[in-house]
Amino acid sequence: MGDPRLPAAFLQPGTSSFSDFLAEQAPDLLPGRRAVPQGHSGSHAGDLAPHGTTIVAATFPGGVVMAGDRRATMGNIIAQRDIEKVFPADEFSAVGIAGTAGIAVEMVRLFQTELEHYEKIEGTTLSMDGKANRLAALIRGNLGMAMQGLAVVPLFAGYDLAADQGRIFSYDVTGGRYEETAFHSVGSGSLFARGSLKKLYRDDLDETGCVTAVVQALYDAADDDSATGGPDLTRRIFPIVQVITADGGRRLPDAAVAAIADEVISGRMSRPDGPAAPLTGGDAR
Amino acid sequence: MSMPFYVSPEQLMKDRADFARKGIARGRSVVAVQYADGILFVSENPSQALHKVSEIYDRIAFAAVGRYNEFENLRIAGVRLADMRGYAYDRRDVTGRGLANAYAQTLGTIFSSGGEKPYEVEIFVAEIGDTAADDQLYRLTYDGQVNDEHGFAVMGGAADVVGAYLKERHTDSAPLADALAVTVAALGHTDSEDRVIPVDDLEVAVLDRTRTQPRKFSRIRPARLEQLLGDRGAAVSAPQEPPVLPASDGGGSDEPPIAP
Repeated sequence: MGDPRLPAAFLQPGTSSFSDFLAEQAPDLLPGRRAVPQGHSGSHAGDLAPHGTTIVAATFPGGVVMAGDRRATMGNIIAQRDIEKVFPADEFSAVGIAGTAGIAVEMVRLFQTELEHYEKIEGTTLSMDGKANRLAALIRGNLGMAMQGLAVVPLFAGYDLAADQGRIFSYDVTGGRYEETAFHSVGSGSLFARGSLKKLYRDDLDETGCVTAVVQALYDAADDDSATGGPDLTRRIFPIVQVITADGGRRLPDAAVAAIADEVISGRMSRPDGPAAPLTGGDAR
Repeated sequence: MSMPFYVSPEQLMKDRADFARKGIARGRSVVAVQYADGILFVSENPSQALHKVSEIYDRIAFAAVGRYNEFENLRIAGVRLADMRGYAYDRRDVTGRGLANAYAQTLGTIFSSGGEKPYEVEIFVAEIGDTAADDQLYRLTYDGQVNDEHGFAVMGGAADVVGAYLKERHTDSAPLADALAVTVAALGHTDSEDRVIPVDDLEVAVLDRTRTQPRKFSRIRPARLEQLLGDRGAAVSAPQEPPVLPASDGGGSDEPPIAP
């Protein structure tokens, strides 16, 4: 910056959205604004960059839990084994990312700044739906890249102080926003994780129970999806778990997640497919 | 053909400075003091919505007196500058010094350009470090001057009376409750009386380095203030002076609107 003065545009009253401000003042900083050169036919931009895989979220009375495995893949290669894919978005929400890791991490940074910027300018936080819609708008801006294989699909969860409950939102690459009830999962291992949660999830789980359920689901996803990382016992790498309640969000300490993961693994030693659900019943609900 | 009157540059600048100073002195004071865990801001501000003290970034806060619309513009510009820099580089690359410099250059240019009226504002930019020795407090005046303040600083209203009171009683490493009590007493002090300001009329915020979150700024709400201040005797609101009205040129009043 050559001129030390505040640029005139900064002093204009106007938008309280950081991404809108960037779009006017420094569009090159927005993740979705870059042109991806067309490769020769058959090459897919998605193969060039690491991919994040499975994210799981589930609600419990009084809060919501979000967890993600630690693997990033690039084709058949494991690009990183301790990547972090679950981030706090603000005090009462978290965002987990699946898809092209580079763009996803950039988008999370933009989303975090977006929420904080609004809060500072307006003096109040966005509503839960407002936050979910802002994230949808950011994903919509990335559609061009998604069409070329650089898609980002986040999962958004948070505690809604107005409704007094945990809420989960899923997205598609076009920016479609869908509210999920109880639990949801995105990424390559999401089918297996969701199937697992269907059998394990109960709506009266407490916080620890809910964390155990999502860790079980990630184990099942890693069991059947090559791109999802399971618990790494030799390196002691375990999923990242974010818990959000009315008191705010916090990342569970590694030791606490390790204890739960060890319990899950020792159960699998005797029954590799995990806990069995009753064939009939429904009394548990 | 008419000859314009000659006005010497000294006179021109003096007139502009007097104009700005008059506007600033009409509002009430804002005080920033260093205490054991960071920097405390206190102002008498009956409005719960129009803040004089606000957060800019993780460790940086902004306080202002004077015309509300002018300092609100500066505040928003500061938030934009800080967020943009933090996003483009890293959170640690946003510094209070850089922000104070941008404000100083902006205010200075507006003050000396003939076309615009000078801003009737005075600003604090404060940044806390890891220890009290690294804390920084800058005071910027309407003409773009920057003063590096230590211990405490007062601007707006009867700044000299409040400053003199604080000078006798301020200690750098006081705990929050003590620093707050002294500062609130200073704001209620005039040459003729010592007024107890009601809790609801106080705007109090801190940059507190003991907070675990990266964002160190927090407002202290009336309920917590009540606890911290304890029993102070009967409180008296300040008389309803400086009216906050939209500018009405040629209207009944020639006073520009000033934040209370």
